[in-house]
Amino acid sequence: MSTSEALSLVPKAAGKQTMKDFKSDQEVRWCPGCGDYAVLAAVQSFMPELGLARENVVFVSGIGCSSRFPYYMNTYGMHSIHGRAPAIATGLATSRRDLSVWVVTGDGDALSIGGNHLIHALRRNVNLKILLFNNRIYGLTKGQYSPTSETGKITKSTPMGSLEAPFNPVSLAIGAEASFVARTIDSDRKHLQSVLRAAADHPGTALVEIYQNCNIFNDGAFEALKDSATAQEAVIRLEHGEPIRFGAPAEDGLGSKGVVRDPATGELSVADVAEVGTDRVLVHDAHTPNPAAAFALSRLADPDTLHHTPIGVLRNVARPVYDTDMADQLDRAVSLHGEGDLAGLLSGTDTWTVP
Amino acid sequence: MTSQVSSPITAGTADEPHVVVDVLGEQRKPAKETRQLDRVIIRFAGDSGDGMQLTGDRFTSETASFGNDLSTLPNFPAEIRAPAGTLPGVSSFQLHFADHDILTPGDAPNVLVAMNPAALKANLGDLPRGAEIIVDTDEFTKRAMAKVGWAASPLEDGSLGAFAVHPVPLTTLTLEALKDSGLARKDAERAKNMFALGLLSWMYHRPTENTEAFLLRKFAKKPDIAAANVAAFRAGWNFGETTEDFAVSYEVAPASAAFPKGTYRNISGNLALSYGLIAASKQAQLPLFLGSYPITPASDILHELSRHKNFGVRTFQAEDEIAAIGAALGASFGGALAVTTTSGPGVALKSETIGLAVSLELPLLVVDIQRGGPSTGLPTKTEQADLLQAMYGRNGEAPVPVVAPATAADCFTAALEAARIALTYRTPVFLLSDGYLANGSEPWRIPQLDELPDLRVEFASGPNHTDADGTETFWPYLRDPQTLARPWAVPGTPGLEHRIGGIEKQDGTGNISYDPANHDLMVRTRQAKVDGIAVPDIEVDDPSGTARTLVLGWGSTYGPITAAVRRIRREGGQVAQAHLRHLNPFPGNLGQVLKAYDRVVVPEMNLGQLAHLLRAKYLVDARSFTQVTGLPFKAEQLAAAVTAIMEENADVDV
Repeated sequence: MSTSEALSLVPKAAGKQTMKDFKSDQEVRWCPGCGDYAVLAAVQSFMPELGLARENVVFVSGIGCSSRFPYYMNTYGMHSIHGRAPAIATGLATSRRDLSVWVVTGDGDALSIGGNHLIHALRRNVNLKILLFNNRIYGLTKGQYSPTSETGKITKSTPMGSLEAPFNPVSLAIGAEASFVARTIDSDRKHLQSVLRAAADHPGTALVEIYQNCNIFNDGAFEALKDSATAQEAVIRLEHGEPIRFGAPAEDGLGSKGVVRDPATGELSVADVAEVGTDRVLVHDAHTPNPAAAFALSRLADPDTLHHTPIGVLRNVARPVYDTDMADQLDRAVSLHGEGDLAGLLSGTDTWTVP
Repeated sequence: MTSQVSSPITAGTADEPHVVVDVLGEQRKPAKETRQLDRVIIRFAGDSGDGMQLTGDRFTSETASFGNDLSTLPNFPAEIRAPAGTLPGVSSFQLHFADHDILTPGDAPNVLVAMNPAALKANLGDLPRGAEIIVDTDEFTKRAMAKVGWAASPLEDGSLGAFAVHPVPLTTLTLEALKDSGLARKDAERAKNMFALGLLSWMYHRPTENTEAFLLRKFAKKPDIAAANVAAFRAGWNFGETTEDFAVSYEVAPASAAFPKGTYRNISGNLALSYGLIAASKQAQLPLFLGSYPITPASDILHELSRHKNFGVRTFQAEDEIAAIGAALGASFGGALAVTTTSGPGVALKSETIGLAVSLELPLLVVDIQRGGPSTGLPTKTEQADLLQAMYGRNGEAPVPVVAPATAADCFTAALEAARIALTYRTPVFLLSDGYLANGSEPWRIPQLDELPDLRVEFASGPNHTDADGTETFWPYLRDPQTLARPWAVPGTPGLEHRIGGIEKQDGTGNISYDPANHDLMVRTRQAKVDGIAVPDIEVDDPSGTARTLVLGWGSTYGPITAAVRRIRREGGQVAQAHLRHLNPFPGNLGQVLKAYDRVVVPEMNLGQLAHLLRAKYLVDARSFTQVTGLPFKAEQLAAAVTAIMEENADVDV
């Protein structure tokens, strides 16, 4: 899996690009302090790294605060309708394999009204990169609970607390046969860009969940992961091939906490490395076809405190890519039957002639 | 339905000369007495598992290759296999063929083939006196008759006295013919539809070699089944030739005079529409992309287009109706000729995306094969009740052009026309076919490729605007002054990077705009673009030039209306006829045409949707004649209804 494989058909830019090349002339209209600004800047400054011809990059979005994103990218873009961006992008990506197609969506857009399209895009493994901005609230409609809001959440539409259990987007994606699933945080540009890099390199659908702060309606939702006082214990940074360790450094310089697997049940839990020994600490394998470990990792975080939240690439496996296979079928049809002959098609086999 | 049967097809009125035909060459011909007919209507009816649609299709193919004009009406339940032997499980296929030009599958069958009591009971009411009935007597058991509420057999109690009944033990004869085939009884029994087809092929001198070739192709992987079907088919033919029950056979001469010269084939509406889409893609030199979700009666278009990937056709079976149109719209943004196919319930789900396409001003074909509604309605039956949905079924002012084919073969041309409008004006376009056109078939003169319209489009390739400071820029909503179409700038074109969306856009720049005056301008401009689409004038057929009544239809009622008009004229009535292909915008001369007649009658398979539009736009007293039975109009009823309106207050008008 390399950039060349995922983006091999996308023309490269003639010259060197800078972040400025990807800034459109539109005034950004998110609320001051919104996490979306950080993500936009991270994406704009990351794109030159790919070196793709700007005109071959397309951002497609649905409806919601994050879905204004395409207006601010100096690429081709479509701000579509609520929840439908993965479907629209699927049609574009399957018919134009020379494009790098990105979907920008939110927790309401992708997981509520557009849930069906999201899971089917993941299942098909179309060559799309989906950035799911998760702020756990409806922002554009001014503060109702979302499908990722915690149970009991007090919002305008749930004055006595939400009765619903939230989706875990990463668990959902793994269950939907996703071949690439990652999670990152708006304020950690370095990590965000490293995840974007991996997503861009991935042939097929990549889902990147970005924890994003809505400072108006759900401020501080991810504070536990950002506050230096708590982050060390709360955030588990995953690296493929590395033991999953976090927390205050141990003597070997790695985290003093580690993720261990119960050999009987397969469940994952957090343990003191000093107590269990380094050998028992799980080594992260994002490339293993079996999704069990990635799913177990996605369930590790405490839904209320967010403690033990893994970030990074949870799953990154090779699977047949829908648009590639569709193109192959077209080629195969031509090699089997020759280029379509319209006159022959219209005539068919049973004809008669009136002189 | 333009002429009467030249002699009633009843056994025993043999007043025509005997014609004995020798068996010549490979094509077998009946040796018994032959009578000439100018047209025949046959209906095959049986259980939904009896293979009546296949039987009808084969008889149609034989008839088409013989050169008759023809029109078909498949009629089947939504259930794949309803309980055997019950009335809801009856599936039928009606075929009208003639030595002259005909327009409908016929009002009433001359011949009914009934494979069981349910099939007889369900269809008996449609038969005129003297009709022939061929029944499989083996199926008339006490139990089978009890299922349809018959205590005694109608074959024996004299209740069928008005008809010429041919009792044939079809099952026994089929089993007998296949006793050496080695097939299990159940498999052998399945071939009885081919026995019936063989018998009917004998009766009407149909060419048989194509059917035999078809059976060998269809069951190529099961040679014993193929052989059994051919054997049953031949046994049926031979049975007609030898049994005394069938004294005569009939000949319906080819309809040579009815057809302009050319090469013909038989084609159903859905097949013609599929070919029209592929032809449009070729003529536009754009790849065809179909986003579709299976739905009756539109799925056959998805199936057909999926078979033609060597034309560069991409078919995408989406997770739902919304994704189907979404993917198509995405492909259109990328420069494809994009299509979504569906039926009424699917259109309802697609409405928001159609609105987005109106706002994005991208070409998109929305093919609606209408069926009975509302809701799930009658999935396998026909109706024209989505016209107002196509016209108005969206939020906001969202005008969409509407094109409707008139006949099965016309679906080809209508698809090309819908594509022309979509591509020229950068707009979604509705193509309103229906279940009757979709599944019915008729002869089609195969067009030469040079007869097809040139649909090539030019993508935007460079800047189209100069800023005040002299910078060359691209404005995605700067319109062509003639068509009001905006430029189609596809991703991959350097320098034209732009963003579009469903939020109101500023005229020209396409930037988000909430400006009140701009919104007013954009709403009116989108409307003006659709209103200004060039469509041909409507032609009026008024041979005497003295008619005071105009019959105006749209879509699949063309056949029945034309047949009804011919009936009225044959009786000496003066009536004018016109048929709308373009329902949005209407032809420019429509208002004048309407005002030239004292009375305008609008027959529709809905509760008067076109009449409603005509009244609103032209302030004419359009009179509705409507039927929503899930079946096409019968010419006789339509003629009577139109005549009644013509005769109302006739003294006042004369």
